[in-house]
Amino acid sequence: MWTVRVRKATLEKFEPEDLLPDSQPAYVSSWIYVFGVLTIAAFMMLIISGLVLTLEGPAWWHTSKYGHFFNSLHLWNVELFFLFMVVHLWGKFWMAAWRGKRTMTWVTGCVAFFASIFTGFTGYLIQTNFDSQWIATQAKDGFNAVGIGAYFNALNTGQALLIHVSLLPIALGVIVVAHVILVRKKGVVPPIESSLE
Amino acid sequence: MKKYDPTKKWTGPTRPYDLIKEATIAFVVVALLSISLAALLSSPDEKAVTLQSWSTSAPADFVQTAAGELAGSTTSAQYGPPYNTAADGQQLGPLKVQKIAGVRIPINSAQDFVIKPLGTLNDSTANAAIAQWNGATENQQSTWATSYADALTKASSAVAIADPTGKFGPVPTLVSSLYSMAKSGALDGALTTSDSPLPTNFTKPLLFLADSGSYFPGLADAQHLSGDQWGVMNETGSWPGQSWLWLYSFWYQIDPFKSSGNADILVMSLMGLLSLGFVLIPFFPILHRIPERIPIHRIIWRDWYRSERKND
Repeated sequence: MWTVRVRKATLEKFEPEDLLPDSQPAYVSSWIYVFGVLTIAAFMMLIISGLVLTLEGPAWWHTSKYGHFFNSLHLWNVELFFLFMVVHLWGKFWMAAWRGKRTMTWVTGCVAFFASIFTGFTGYLIQTNFDSQWIATQAKDGFNAVGIGAYFNALNTGQALLIHVSLLPIALGVIVVAHVILVRKKGVVPPIESSLE
Repeated sequence: MKKYDPTKKWTGPTRPYDLIKEATIAFVVVALLSISLAALLSSPDEKAVTLQSWSTSAPADFVQTAAGELAGSTTSAQYGPPYNTAADGQQLGPLKVQKIAGVRIPINSAQDFVIKPLGTLNDSTANAAIAQWNGATENQQSTWATSYADALTKASSAVAIADPTGKFGPVPTLVSSLYSMAKSGALDGALTTSDSPLPTNFTKPLLFLADSGSYFPGLADAQHLSGDQWGVMNETGSWPGQSWLWLYSFWYQIDPFKSSGNADILVMSLMGLLSLGFVLIPFFPILHRIPERIPIHRIIWRDWYRSERKND
């Protein structure tokens, strides 16, 4: 029965201590390890500032100083989010963090990175100002050239808005949760010279 | 140095760890940092441009573009899929992906940007010109509009050209009526609401605006947003933009991409391949060994290696 297989693949293989451990391998003692959790913290701040921006609609921030502040908060969170994520990603590359059957941890991290780029891009499309107008008119050529533009129309602000505030955050959230579960389940990859591989 | 199996649960020395404490501190730090940046540095908001602001600020560019829409010489009129069948679009070798995707957002530049909006005016002069235009053959329309568009381009700053012999047909009336309509703001409303009275789709006004020869690209250039200014990754003013798109932007700066008529499909395909390659690094025989050959990991794990050497 598939329900039993799901239970075996999840709860029975995932001990509570894996999720919230009280100890880490001794080699986990570098500043580079902070950037993963910093990325998630920035993602949470993005969700919070984004939810505030949804309350009064996409044009609110043009006319309200509070709206403008939350737009600024959202923008700087995006910048921090990508800064932390890129440092985290390159850190994991130089650690060869895919070793020891951690391939899917690497793959989900990379997919999260590329999904974030598209999420950020749709955010730029829905600013409803000159920047978004220019980006939309330029980006359409790239999407049209590969056939995507026939389905994702960068000039259709409503489509970009709904994708940005619903579809992509949910998709990104699922990928990030899967990534974190894999990190906790597989553990932090050991140093290269200390590994049997 | 003692070796451990990376596929097994860690059995070596450990250190105390509090994940909730780390996550809480990280969240507070990021919240304070981003709130401070937002309060101190704010964010840019360059007002959106309209067909009204275009026709008012750059009248000659507006009327030349309007005549070009009728002549079928603008970017949108000659674009191809997904807007029309005027061209096949870009291709990768023999692969015409743009054409295969088809015309899913049909746009007829002359009708959608000029004729139909003018039809909403209920102006007798404009209606007579529309009737003359619609009653003419395609060849006749093209002859009128092309000769008028050429005359306007030669005149440079003129918004209208006298036509005592009638060689431009109804085109001068159509263009001047559209110009008046744009200045009043009515053209913005007509194009935005042409598909729905409560619009969320700005394809038509933005495509028309993007056909602008100098006004729209000039504004972008002043904000360092043009393609040859690495504009993809820039933001208006001095704020940081999408710097993570640097590699995407980079290809447009060099040959063969920057001089290719298929630059977009070439760059998109290359970036797709590189992204896929990055995701699949663990499966590439040479690439996945790079971190072992270039020992940056010795800096990351220097404390661990030091303690292990002491134990040896």
